[in-house]
Order: sequence, then structure tokens, then C-alpha cells
Amino acid sequence: MISTVRKTLPAALAFAAVALAGAPQADAAWNLLNMPEGVTELSKTIYSLHMAVFWWCVAIGVAVFGVMIYALVKFRKSAGAVADTSITHSTRVEIIWTVIPVLILVVMAVPAARGLIKIEDMRNTEMTIKVTGYQWRWQYEYLDEGISFFSVLDREHDKIRQIGSGLDPNSVPNYLLNVDKPLVVPVDTKIRVLLTAQDVIHAWWVPDFGMKKDAVPGYINELWFKVDADKPGTYRGQCAELCGRDHGFMPIVVEVLSKQDYQDWVARQKAAAEPATSDAEEPAQAAAAVAPQPVASAAVTTAANRG
Amino acid sequence: MANTTHADHAHDHHDHKPHGLKRWLFATNHKDIGTMYLVFACLMFFLGGSMALVIRAELFQPGLQFVDPQFFNSMTTVHALLMLFGAVMPAWTGLANWMIPLQIGAPDMALPRLNNFSFWILPFAFMLLLLSFFVPGGGPASGWTMYPPLVLQMGDGFPLMIFAVHLMGASSILGAINVIVTVMNMRAPGMGLLNMPLFCWTWLITAYLLIAVMPVLAGAVTMLLTDHFFGTSFFNAAGGGDPVMFQHIFWFFGHPEVYILILPAFGIVSEIIPTFARKPLFGYETMVYASASIAFLSFIVWAHHMFTVGMPLAGQLFFMLSTMLIAVPTGVKVFNWCATMWKGSLTFETPMLFSIAFLFLFTIGGFSGLMLAIVPADFQYHDTYFVVAHFHYVLVPGAVFAIMAGVYYWLPKWTGHMYDEKLGKLHFWLSIIGVNLLFFPQHFLGLAGMPRRIPDYATQFADWNMVSSIGAFIFGFSQLLFVAVVWKAVRGGVTAPQRPWEGAHGLEWELPTPVPYHSWDQPPPPSVIAQGVTH
Repeated sequence: MISTVRKTLPAALAFAAVALAGAPQADAAWNLLNMPEGVTELSKTIYSLHMAVFWWCVAIGVAVFGVMIYALVKFRKSAGAVADTSITHSTRVEIIWTVIPVLILVVMAVPAARGLIKIEDMRNTEMTIKVTGYQWRWQYEYLDEGISFFSVLDREHDKIRQIGSGLDPNSVPNYLLNVDKPLVVPVDTKIRVLLTAQDVIHAWWVPDFGMKKDAVPGYINELWFKVDADKPGTYRGQCAELCGRDHGFMPIVVEVLSKQDYQDWVARQKAAAEPATSDAEEPAQAAAAVAPQPVASAAVTTAANRG
Repeated sequence: MANTTHADHAHDHHDHKPHGLKRWLFATNHKDIGTMYLVFACLMFFLGGSMALVIRAELFQPGLQFVDPQFFNSMTTVHALLMLFGAVMPAWTGLANWMIPLQIGAPDMALPRLNNFSFWILPFAFMLLLLSFFVPGGGPASGWTMYPPLVLQMGDGFPLMIFAVHLMGASSILGAINVIVTVMNMRAPGMGLLNMPLFCWTWLITAYLLIAVMPVLAGAVTMLLTDHFFGTSFFNAAGGGDPVMFQHIFWFFGHPEVYILILPAFGIVSEIIPTFARKPLFGYETMVYASASIAFLSFIVWAHHMFTVGMPLAGQLFFMLSTMLIAVPTGVKVFNWCATMWKGSLTFETPMLFSIAFLFLFTIGGFSGLMLAIVPADFQYHDTYFVVAHFHYVLVPGAVFAIMAGVYYWLPKWTGHMYDEKLGKLHFWLSIIGVNLLFFPQHFLGLAGMPRRIPDYATQFADWNMVSSIGAFIFGFSQLLFVAVVWKAVRGGVTAPQRPWEGAHGLEWELPTPVPYHSWDQPPPPSVIAQGVTH
């Protein structure tokens, strides 16, 4: 029985270790133990709520498991313990261990409610992007700029992930988390994302932004994020609602640029969309930028996936 | 029956049982039906378990090695349906059949033919479900939650799945009716409701939950059926319907369903811990009320399964707070079990080991449940492996361990033989090592960003997935030991005394071992009831 303790205690401690090893996104995967703190105000709010509740659980766990382990060791029959059968109930202690958890819950609920209110505050957004989920790709439409394109799993990754491909997933960086054309957004801008879907329910999730929301056909859902001014970079996520055969293969990549670089990018996209312009650096992307046509190329990918 | 023949009949009554196939096909004896339920549950446990092993084999390393993604989705879907409706729920009904009449001093279940019917529906239900693998379009692959519109993309297997779910629901409702009628009408004189063992109480509450929510599930899947075949648009946005409404209806069933799976486990643990602590259960009445509160709360928390679906702020706040409230009665239960062990005289036979593991690991599942209730944090956790870790902690070392604890606990009474304690303990240790290796790393995977229900993953998730898969194979194969132990005890072994556990109380221990084919055909006299009732 002592060994029961030996087995379960490390489990509890490992849970505690989650927090200690919380360095976000280190490369060695063994210490990928915790939620990333992320790069937006909301993701940090969420992270701190997560850690607060986690530490409450650790504290309660230490107390409760401590009592259990003590009882398991101390009141062994083999150690000569004799049962005190007179203990059958005690209204007083039962009230105590009803009221204390209620108080702890109130302490947890207040900041959680505050955080939730912040998350749901959609006022003063500076730009809007409409995201539409398809089986199995994302469409991004910049409602203010008139830019629109599809984003699908990188072709190379798609080849590797085919069953019996004989190719090594480790041979490419960010296996399954790369796309042909990422979403591009500026830093330090409150961006409203409108979510919907064309066929089945999908969910748009970038862990570093803290938010995930379903894209439901017939519904427009919304979320917002604002990437910290000093955190431009590439952030990756995945579809998070089972959406059929290739649910695991519709990643999300967001490239966060400085405001100036973003303006340049927008200008390039608009220039590329002009049919007469031929100075677009990336003809493939230029074609993709002319709204609905990419369905054709995406359909090719999909057909390949099916095969 | 004529009075003159009564005495003669009663004389050879105990050993008279029908033979051959008829005994099982036309079974009306609660013990036979209980056995059939348990054997069926065990079969489904291994079938569902092998599907889990297909999942874990595919996830052993990144890249697709063995199965097509569509088949992978079928594996996750049917694994869940088999484990919930085929393994855990029938195992509970089997234990209820065996134990409730023994524990309340009744000769049998109140409705023996209904009992037969409710069992024999099940093999057909699961045949239909499994048949869907062999029709064009393949097995269900939309997740066990069957969300439209995805589920409507299924091939010819769709109606098979729907009818299978209907049949499983019908079977559960009939079983639940039987439990309620039995508990309400068949208790021996002097056995008040608040004298019943907790297993009977938690099952009674479970039965009410079943009757309340199984028809809701049936309604939901019927609407799917008409959407698919008869041109209705309940859940079709293009026709004015609402795909989110399905989720609300489904989880109105789904959350009470979760407690249907765990409440009888609370009952079993509340029987086993006092036995091996040699001390009465602490706060018996509180335990009853806590179970009832949990059951009540289960009806008003459903939307916490769908926080990311896009709900008004007020709705999210309500479901967050109501969900957090569940921690209170659940906490009370855990504290009461601790207090039961306090100043006891503890020994650690296999049923007790499984119950202690339940106490620790179910509590860990409770902690992650509390974390999931915090809506902002749930926006990160939702649909990740963190959720997978959470519900497997409450279902495997929760419900499944409690079922195994119950089987070990009552096996001597059923078979007349002690099981092999050494093998039982080996089974326990392998199980607990396997289950923690299997599910604990999934917390890390989910927090680090791995979505659930994916057949392949980014390479940074490779290490913990490998650990999890190794744990899965250890856990899966060590369950064969369980079958070996049970089979050995059925075949023979050391003869069990009437009361194999020193601290055991309850009417079932007042019967001879092995318990005769017909028991309590005379209600137990008040003195025996008084002896059996200890709180």
C-alpha cells in the first residue's frame, strides 16, 4: 500500500511540474508541458487565469492527497490500527468542507468573469477579417481592403503525410503546421475576426493568440486579438473541431508584420490583383489573390488528399 | 401456486435452473441476466479497447503509418460509443442486476421479462453499429457526439448508427425502469430507503437520470434521421435550421450521461472503502444528498461542453458558475471517503487498491474538470488533448476501476471461490502504471496545443505521444490478466466463506456463498436486516 502512495504521488507532483517547466515553446519537446503564454493581451489574461486555477488545484491536491496518504500510512491494520467505529458523521465538519470550497470557487470565479468580459468586448476594433472554414482549407477575406485568398496545407507536407509516403515528417520544419499562403496581419492592432463555415463546423485556433472559436455554417461568430507591438512573427495553429477526413490537415498560419510592412504587403496584394500589372513577385499568389478562382487549385489538393 | 406443492417446490428451488441455451436466451433470473450483461460489457470493453490501440498505434509517431484518416475517425467514434454504451453502462446494469436484489432483500428484479428484453436488445444494437463498417461509406466517423452537418455526410452506415443508438437508448430506459420499480417496491420489510447501501442509492438516482435524458438523445438522433432522409431542416442552416441546436440538445443528454457513468462508481467505492477500513461510511446521508445534488446540477451545466460555439456572455457566465458548483458536492464526497478511512483499520486487497486509485485519480480528473469550467481558459483547452486526458481520468481510473473493484469485491460471493489475490494485485499495478503513462502526458499535449481527433501531428508532440502509446499498450494488455483472474475464480480455487471480507456489511453477505440461484425468496427477518444495515 505504501507503494500505492509511491505511484500516485509522483503523478500529482508531475502535475505540479507542469507549472515549473512552463517556458513557452522551447524546442525540445519533452518540456512542452504547459500552455503558451502567447503574444496578445487576451492570451496573457487566459494564461494567468489558467495558472491561478492550476495552483489552486495543486494546493487543494496537496492538502487532500496529504490527508489521504497520511491515513493510508497511519491507519494500516498491519501497523496495529484499530478502527474507531464511533465516527459516523459530523455535521460541523461537513459544513466546513462545504463552505470552504464555495469560498475558493468565488475567488476563482471573479477574475474568470472579468477575463471573459474582456474577451467578449468587441468594441473599437481597427480592422476586420472574415474567416471561412471549408473541408479542408481556410478562406481569408480582408473586408476593408478587398483582399481574399485561400490557405491550404503546404504541398510538401501534404506529400509527406500520405500513408506509405516513405518520407520523414522530421525532414521539414513545422510539419503539418505550414500553409501555402498565410494570413497576414499587423501588430498592435485590435483585429476582429468574423468566423463562418461553408460545409461543416470548423474551429479557428491559434494558441499564441489565446482564442479559439467555432466556424459554424449559417452563423457569424466573432473574436478579437491584438498582437503585442514587440511581437511580430509567425504563429501557427490548427482547426480544432472535427470536420471530416482531413481535419488534422488544415493548419492556420498567421504572419504578424510591423504596421509599415503590413501596409506594404497590402499594397503588393492590391497591385497583384490588378490584371495589367506584371511586376507581382509571386505569380501564383497573385492568381490566388483574385478571389474565387483558387477553388480550382484547392480542389486539386483536395482530390489529391482523397486519393 | 397451490399450497400443497409449495413446500416441495421450495425445497429444490435453490438449485433448479434451466439448462443449455434456453437458460440464457429466456433468462429471467437476475443473476443470469447480470452475468450476461457483465460478459457482454467485457466483450465490448475489449473490442472498444482494441480500437483505442489502433488509435494509439497510429499516434505512436508522427506521419500516417497504418490507417486512413477516415478510418481513424471511425476508430475514435466507435471506440467512444462502444465504451460508453457497450462497456460501462451494461457493466453497471449487470452489477445492478446482480447486487440490488441481494442488497435490498428481494427475490429478483421486479420485471424479469423486461429484464431479459432489455439485455437482448443490446447485441442487436451493437451488431447494427458494427455492420456500418461493412457498407459503402464506412463506419460512423463524426465523433460520438454526432454533430451535424458532419454526421450527415456519412454513407449508408448512417441509418444503422441511428437505429443502433435508438436501441441502446431503449435498452437503457428499460433497465432503468426495472431498477426504479425494484428499489421502490421490492425492498424487504424494514429496509427503508435510507437503509439501502449506497450502491442502490446511486443506481436509483442514475436510473432517474437515464429515464430523463435517453429520450432526449433519441429525439436528437431522430431529427438527424429526418434531416438526412425526409428533407427536414432541424439542423440545416440553409433550410432555416440550426446546427448549434443539435449541440444543445445533445449535451442536455450528454452531461447527465456523464453522471450516469460515474454515479454507480461512487456507490461501489462507498461500499468498498468502509469494508476495508472496517468502519462505517462517514456521513451516509450526506453522501445520498450529495449524489442527488450532482444529479440535479447535471441538468443545468450542459453548455460547458460547447463554450467555443459562440454564446452570449450571460450564457457563458451562467454555465461557468453552475459547472463550478458541481465541485462542491463532489468535493464533499471525496472528503467523506477520506474521513471514512480516518481512524480505520485498513487492509489493501485488490478491490480496496482499485478504490484507492479511484479516489486519487478521479480527484485529478476533478481538478482538470474545474480548470475546464473556467471559460476563458477553456477557450484554450477546448477540443485539445487536455479534454481527452480529463474525461479519460474520470472514466477509466474513475468508472472502469470502480467496476473492476466491484467485480473483485463480489466475485467470491458470486462464484464461491476466492480470486487469486496475487494475480489481482499484479493486474492492479500494471493497470495503474499503464493508465497514468497513457493519460497523464495527454495533459501536456493538450496544453501545448495538440487538438483531439487528429490522426497525425506536428513533430513537437512526438515524445509525449510515444509515452502515451506505450502506456496504452501496457494498460490494454494487462486487462487480459483481469479476464484470467475472473476465469480462474469461476473455474475453482479456495472456497470463499460466507463473509469473505472481515469488514463487509450488507444483506448480500448474510446469504450463503456462493449465493444460491434463488435468494431471498423469503424476505430477510428484521434481525438480519439490522445486522446488514450498519450506518
